[in-house]
Amino acid sequence: MKDEVTSREERIENLKGMGCSRKRVEDARFTQGKGNYVDDIKLDGMLFGDFVRSPYAHAKIVNIDTSAALEVPGVLAVLTAKDLEPLGLHWMPTLAGDRQMVLADGKVLFQGQEVAFVVAVDRYAAADGIEAVEVEYEELEVLVDPFKAMKSDVVLRPDTVAEDGSPAAGAHGPRKHHNHIFTWEAGDKGPTFETIDNAEVVAEETMYYHRTHPCPLETCGCVASMDKVNGKLTLWGTFQAPHAIRTVVSLISGIEEHNIRVISPDIGGGFGNKVGAYPGYVCSVVASIVTGKPVKWIEDRMDNLMTTAFARDYHMTGRVSATREGKITGLHCHVTADHGGFDACADPTKFPAGFMNICTGSYDIPTAFLQVDGVYTNKAPGGVSYRCSFRVTEAVYFIERMIEVLAIELNMDAAELRRINFIKKEQFPYKAALGWEYDSGDYHTAWDKALKTVDYEGLRAEQAQRVEDFKAGKTRSLMGIGLSFFTEIVGAGPVKNCDILGLGMFDSCEIRIHPTGSAIARLGTISQGQGHATTFAQILASEIGLPADSITIEEGDTDTAPYGLGTYGSRSTPVAGAATAMAGRKIRAKAQMIAAYLLEVHDNDVEFDVDRFVVKGAPEKFKTMKEIAFAAYNQAIPGIEPGLEAVSYYDPPNMTYPFGAYICVMDIDVDTGLPEIRRFYALDDCGTRINPMIIEGQVHGGLTEALAVALGQEIAYDDMGNVKTGTLMDFFLPTAWEVPNYETDYTVTPSPHHPIGAKGVGESPHVGGVPCFSNAIQDAFRPFGNRHTNMPHDHWRIWKTANELGLHD
Amino acid sequence: MIPAAFEYHRPKDMAGVLSILEEHGDDARVMAGGHSLIPMMKLRMADVPHLIDLQDVGGMSDIEIDADTIRIGAMVTQHDIIDNEALAQAAPILREAALQIADPQVRYMGTVGGNVANGDPGNDMPGLMQCLDATFTVVGPDGERDIAAREFYEAAYMTARGDEEVLTAVTIPVPMGGYAYEKQKRKIGDYATAAAAVQIVKDGGSCVSASIAMTNLSDTPIYSEAAGDALVGTSLDDAAIKAAVAAMLDDIDPTEDNRGPVAFKKHVAGVILRRAIERAWSRA
Repeated sequence: MKDEVTSREERIENLKGMGCSRKRVEDARFTQGKGNYVDDIKLDGMLFGDFVRSPYAHAKIVNIDTSAALEVPGVLAVLTAKDLEPLGLHWMPTLAGDRQMVLADGKVLFQGQEVAFVVAVDRYAAADGIEAVEVEYEELEVLVDPFKAMKSDVVLRPDTVAEDGSPAAGAHGPRKHHNHIFTWEAGDKGPTFETIDNAEVVAEETMYYHRTHPCPLETCGCVASMDKVNGKLTLWGTFQAPHAIRTVVSLISGIEEHNIRVISPDIGGGFGNKVGAYPGYVCSVVASIVTGKPVKWIEDRMDNLMTTAFARDYHMTGRVSATREGKITGLHCHVTADHGGFDACADPTKFPAGFMNICTGSYDIPTAFLQVDGVYTNKAPGGVSYRCSFRVTEAVYFIERMIEVLAIELNMDAAELRRINFIKKEQFPYKAALGWEYDSGDYHTAWDKALKTVDYEGLRAEQAQRVEDFKAGKTRSLMGIGLSFFTEIVGAGPVKNCDILGLGMFDSCEIRIHPTGSAIARLGTISQGQGHATTFAQILASEIGLPADSITIEEGDTDTAPYGLGTYGSRSTPVAGAATAMAGRKIRAKAQMIAAYLLEVHDNDVEFDVDRFVVKGAPEKFKTMKEIAFAAYNQAIPGIEPGLEAVSYYDPPNMTYPFGAYICVMDIDVDTGLPEIRRFYALDDCGTRINPMIIEGQVHGGLTEALAVALGQEIAYDDMGNVKTGTLMDFFLPTAWEVPNYETDYTVTPSPHHPIGAKGVGESPHVGGVPCFSNAIQDAFRPFGNRHTNMPHDHWRIWKTANELGLHD
Repeated sequence: MIPAAFEYHRPKDMAGVLSILEEHGDDARVMAGGHSLIPMMKLRMADVPHLIDLQDVGGMSDIEIDADTIRIGAMVTQHDIIDNEALAQAAPILREAALQIADPQVRYMGTVGGNVANGDPGNDMPGLMQCLDATFTVVGPDGERDIAAREFYEAAYMTARGDEEVLTAVTIPVPMGGYAYEKQKRKIGDYATAAAAVQIVKDGGSCVSASIAMTNLSDTPIYSEAAGDALVGTSLDDAAIKAAVAAMLDDIDPTEDNRGPVAFKKHVAGVILRRAIERAWSRA
């Protein structure tokens, strides 16, 4: 038998299990243009819907005249809020406990807001129909600044005012003002303030983390098809959480859940943009019910940038206290969060500011206090986690900037300041002042490795020389060394803490082994490019001893996949990956009994070895998993049901806490504001590594999105609430030209509570990358008196920093 | 991003083009590569009931080089400019500039004629052609006429070309001396924050002629005669370059946009021009 001459090493290699750089099985179709995205779906008689959008940021709707639009050839219907109201669908619930208009109900609150939905035979007729809808607006005072909004008499949302005229309570408690959404607090205010007030050294800083947008390559869209004969609604769409969408659609439409099938086909990137529910989904469903035909809605790029789910927009003020030697004693953070016209943040219900309370970072800070105030303005709703777990990017940017500012205050090297304050390896599991329990970490080892690899001392010497040369007029270029050490909090999450709209954030995997020794596994998650079909098969290969190439991974169809909460916040590996391993272990447990029967020994006398069960002490006596699979279906085994299947729903006991050390070396042209990234080193510790090649790809992608955000990517508004960056000409999406070479590295500190020790990696590089790029720029100007400048660091803002420091005189 | 309905015309010769233009006047526009016009139509900012595609007209895709002049047909693409060795020998500034326009995909479609005729202040070729003292040939119902590039641009999207005329060729005197096209932009595919085209002739250590034009720093390209004059007769010492930069700054009139405020643009314009002058001088 061939098996007998195959070495154990070869058998391991043949599985392509965990730890190998298995090539992505998805790429064959993606690189050949054979993917199947939502816009590729074409059904008989399919109609196309598109929106009339508001040109104003704040206006009363006086009248909507659809008569001319209905005369446009090919236009079948125009829906307005009046049509949706009898169905109770003119407003919809948001993920944050607020409500959002589906179509403008009496007023509009942001530029680009959905006013009417034109349904036509194709998208060309719909575009002509949109132009023919006549909307009469009465402009209202626009509030784009959350601080002004909190003082303004202008009421943005009439539903925020109680009958007696006072601010009505919101979903997360009382309001301070009618334009105020919530106050959320974590930590101990009294002790923190006392510590800071009595500290030897205090550093304070105010920083604005600007509004930006995840901007996936594929925009949002859906196809709704209501079959009036069997009463079933099928909804294809760009959903990062298909099961949650099914439940939400059922709850708001009244259609029973078994009559709704939600399918996420291939998705071209999500990054948080595709977590929420959008008016386009609701209108497409209604239009399909009204017309009896399938209705497609696809955003164009401008729609996507201007209206669906922005990210960030946090005004943060920090105070950090320390001893003169640099040991941090306390941290205070206040955030004014600009949520736009509706609070549509995609956060677990109990966390209206996400996991912003991870803002003590990687440091052992004894006492801390966080307060977040959410505010309505005339901007688009959203507040999603753009390639990060909930608000973690904001938290890590905040603490990594505060560390730099404290280093300036202490006149200390920022790398050393970090080292002094890191949580020590032996302190894990570590209970942070703001409530989280970090599972595992070895920060000092990672930091030392990073500093040594880049020759940190040498870089600092070179930088000092550059400053001298600059002052002597020998160069007009400055050198910045960006440091960042981050701890992520991912894998939401324990159901006791984390739900979205009441849906617990577990995840799931269901496995069927076929008689000939191949398998299909279905999960509650959905890949948007992460390569789940590749990596989950690797987890299973190692767990059940069948080759990854013989395992199909399927996600995204709610009629076939087990219930799960989807893919965002780096939760797929920590939660669904754990479910996969646990389901695999159930398969293995049954396989053990079958093997023992076949080998005529007791269950306890066989043990698993790569791809087989062997009789303990007699490795020549074995049954391969392939043989066991066949026997499971085709041999009558007393006391054992036929078949080999398993399902696991996994509720993680804790989050996972990936971490990493990043260093960026940058040269900055003081006269033009052009930054040139000379070197970028990224060390990631994501626990057990499933596929090193995919990890590297994820790191490259996350860093590139970090570069974008740090160096220019923003959704900017003028005073009238007009979006200034609504196209890719002005919204910075880096191309190969703008992207530097990245050096990747790693350490491995497994998660102690995860079945395979994996922590998740997709978002780490973004979380750690943004402060690293920003710190490099800020560091270049530190010798000339810079403490902090706000992102995005585009050419003119870098130039402005230089100019204000007198470097152009 | 879907244009209003339009009639698509694809005439086989220039007579056909002109007759459609004559018939529809303002309602008709010719299209070469389409990389300026089609986005404007998709945004419904340009209303073009009759679109005339020049692809089949022929006779406008040649690059002809003789001892004194270079003639570039209006349908020559940016890629053709980059790809033409003889042209790179005769006028290397053209390749240097074309390589800084957009990205390869756009350069395969975008044409020299479209770039200069559209009158978009962000386009790179108009300033470059002013620097090189090019002549644009247009043909209309009354036959052909030539317009100097330096006289062509009136305001953003407003040029000396009549509505019923088609720009067919660009003629350039073979440039002499050193050259540089220096451009600052935010990313690949962006218009210039500031760009400078410089052509300098040096004789015995002193500058005998200098031509300077700037891009995207006013609502038209800016040929700064005074900036060039400030260099002539000098050895391009620091004082001369400063004088040239100061003269250029007097001629430009940038506006604030997402690239930055006016003060920044003027500063960068000065830096870019200085670098262009120094590079051109080093090649002269």
